[in-house]
Amino acid sequence: MTKLSKSDHLKIFSYMLKIRRFEERSAQLYGMGYIGGFCHLYIGQEAVVVGVLMTIKKNDSVVTTYRDHGHMIARGLDPKKIMAELTGRTDGYSAGKGGSMHMFSKANNFYGGHGIVGAQVPIGTGIAFTHKYNGDKNICRTYIGDGAMNNGQVFEAFNLAALWKLPVLYIIENNKYGMGTAVDRAAAGTHLYKRGEAFGIKGEIVDGMNVYSVIKAAEKAGEYVRSGKGPYILEVQTYRYRGHSMSDPAKYRTKDELEEYKNSDPIEIVREEILKKKFATKNDLDNLNKEIIEEIKLAVDFALESKFPPSEELYTDVYI
Amino acid sequence: MSTEILMPALSPTMTEGNLTKWLVKEGQEIKAGDVIAEIETDKATMEVETVDEGFIEKLLYEEGDNNIPVNKPIALISTAKNTSTQKMDQNIEDFSKIENQEKIEIKENKPISENVNTDLNKDQITMRQAIRDTIAEEMRKDKKVFILGEEVAEYQGAYKVTQGLLDEFGKKRVIDTPISEHGFTGLAVGAAFKGLFPIVEFMTFNFSMQAIDQIINSAAKTLYMSGGQINCPIVFRGPNGAAAQVAAQHSQDFSSWYAHVPGLKVIAPSTPLNAKGLLREAIRDPNPVIFLENEILYGLKGKVSSDLNFTIPFGMANIAKEGKDTTIVTYSIMLHKSLEAAKILKDKHNLDIEVIDLQSLRPLDSETIIKSVKKTNRVVTVEESWPFASVGSEIVNIVQKNAFDYLDAPIIKVNSADVPMPYSSELEKLYLPQVDDIVKAVKEVNYI
Repeated sequence: MTKLSKSDHLKIFSYMLKIRRFEERSAQLYGMGYIGGFCHLYIGQEAVVVGVLMTIKKNDSVVTTYRDHGHMIARGLDPKKIMAELTGRTDGYSAGKGGSMHMFSKANNFYGGHGIVGAQVPIGTGIAFTHKYNGDKNICRTYIGDGAMNNGQVFEAFNLAALWKLPVLYIIENNKYGMGTAVDRAAAGTHLYKRGEAFGIKGEIVDGMNVYSVIKAAEKAGEYVRSGKGPYILEVQTYRYRGHSMSDPAKYRTKDELEEYKNSDPIEIVREEILKKKFATKNDLDNLNKEIIEEIKLAVDFALESKFPPSEELYTDVYI
Repeated sequence: MSTEILMPALSPTMTEGNLTKWLVKEGQEIKAGDVIAEIETDKATMEVETVDEGFIEKLLYEEGDNNIPVNKPIALISTAKNTSTQKMDQNIEDFSKIENQEKIEIKENKPISENVNTDLNKDQITMRQAIRDTIAEEMRKDKKVFILGEEVAEYQGAYKVTQGLLDEFGKKRVIDTPISEHGFTGLAVGAAFKGLFPIVEFMTFNFSMQAIDQIINSAAKTLYMSGGQINCPIVFRGPNGAAAQVAAQHSQDFSSWYAHVPGLKVIAPSTPLNAKGLLREAIRDPNPVIFLENEILYGLKGKVSSDLNFTIPFGMANIAKEGKDTTIVTYSIMLHKSLEAAKILKDKHNLDIEVIDLQSLRPLDSETIIKSVKKTNRVVTVEESWPFASVGSEIVNIVQKNAFDYLDAPIIKVNSADVPMPYSSELEKLYLPQVDDIVKAVKEVNYI
């Protein structure tokens, strides 16, 4: 694994914290009625996407599920425009027409934000197909929730990716529950990465609460895929602190279970590492936290000041 | 005593075949199961085995003879050696009246529209070839265009539409997929998001139901959901509607299903000429296009344009026949039945029928329909789909809203029966709209 510098550590910490502070504000705005519909928070899972972010190249592509706010922040997208989209404003990434689950940024090779469980998997495989077709050396990282791992099109995509040796890195974010159904109540065989074995796709389990483990695995897997050997699967074990969506009281799991995960919080692990390595003082990190809170506050201000889409926007973007 | 070997029907829609090769000679002894000839069908070249035993008495066709009707004798077998060759012409005649229930008389192509000027070639080609040629022409023009689907490459196309494409463009751009519609459709949608121009062949549109989530939720909606950032330049094509006796799961018209969806364009060609112009337009269109071909029409011949930029704009209907007494609005295969009905109505009832071929179902050319209704004051819609919420239903709505005062009779819709497609040929005939049904409907709106 490439040795992480001081600035790498601070970047990791800052992105993870930014995602968490953003999601906390999203929850608040949802409660206040500024965000509507379905809203799926990423709190607890930050180490996954930020770990992968550290291994990504500018022209690589990313496609993910509807739990996408954190993924967008990690792709370097502007929290202002993300928040504007969540609040249905014209300055949002999808001009207010996509919402929380359907956000895109073609300029940043971020291809959504997909609302249908599993649908992003063939799509990400097709984006990887295009990288290969064009002969560039880029790869597509395709995120999959554990719930989608029982969805037929995922296996169709695995088969195609393996058959045609496509440069796609599948990252299963196993947060233990597909909505309210625990993985072992949904999947016959709970080692989800093993489901690639039938297609000859290599894979492994990764500790998704520890960003350093994620970076190590993602770097190795990314190199494998980029070298032209075909797809690879990372099953990243993680945990969401909140319910499936804002309307989920999460009664299907115990408080003890939640507390256990909170005690090994992924952001705290990074904080301790930074302090241990003396890359920053506690005071520095507190100040960084304040800066991030301020940045997110500005994002909220920006969003709430942004206009709702004008009525003529109803009929635009149906066809090009 | 002689036994006849008849030209076999080797596919559901085969009405005639070409004798490409004899593998036996006159006088040769044959046993049941021996391969005696190679026959080229509308889909492939197949070997024909004999079920009878004896000696080949006479080969009635030569290698290279084309368009031999199904059930016509192609060879005679005798039980004894050295049977003298008899004159068989009389017997052969008896078999020449075999009915081809779905055979469609080829109509001369009318000028496609006043808006499209193009010089047509002298030679006629089939719809199948017109589609193939257009795909090849566009693939030559732009390396980002590629085709994928089941059996499109090495098999040369389940319906031979992609014949020869693998040889010319190689396996990178002509891609055989597993039987995995949901997967490869989603993959193609992803490729289109990323900037390629995929042509997805569904072996038939019946199988597109496996992939309909990717077509509607991903291909059709992402431009809108991304605020105009990500378009999906893709063509979904293949045969749609009834073939011949393939029953309920393989005979279904999806025109109104897809035409219902904003974000999709839905096209239904009826002739080789408009197939070329519309398919080229579809491949070049930056939006997802559903291109509904018809298996029965693949063999239909007509003149086409060789202009490599000949396109027919979407949203433009073609007045296939001008008339003043009643408007028939139709598309795809039903155009031909409608034209047949129009001829009968002229001959028997002196009614001058205007036949509008929609060509494009979404966008729909309402203007041409309304203009025609204002002239004829009577409308019949003819389509192969089920009646409930069909394209015809939408046309009824458009007409009542825009030309209510011009109507001299209620509009009649001619559709298939509102049941799953039966297998038996007699029931199948009842299920599908027939020329007589159209004649009857037109008479009814004329109170005859």
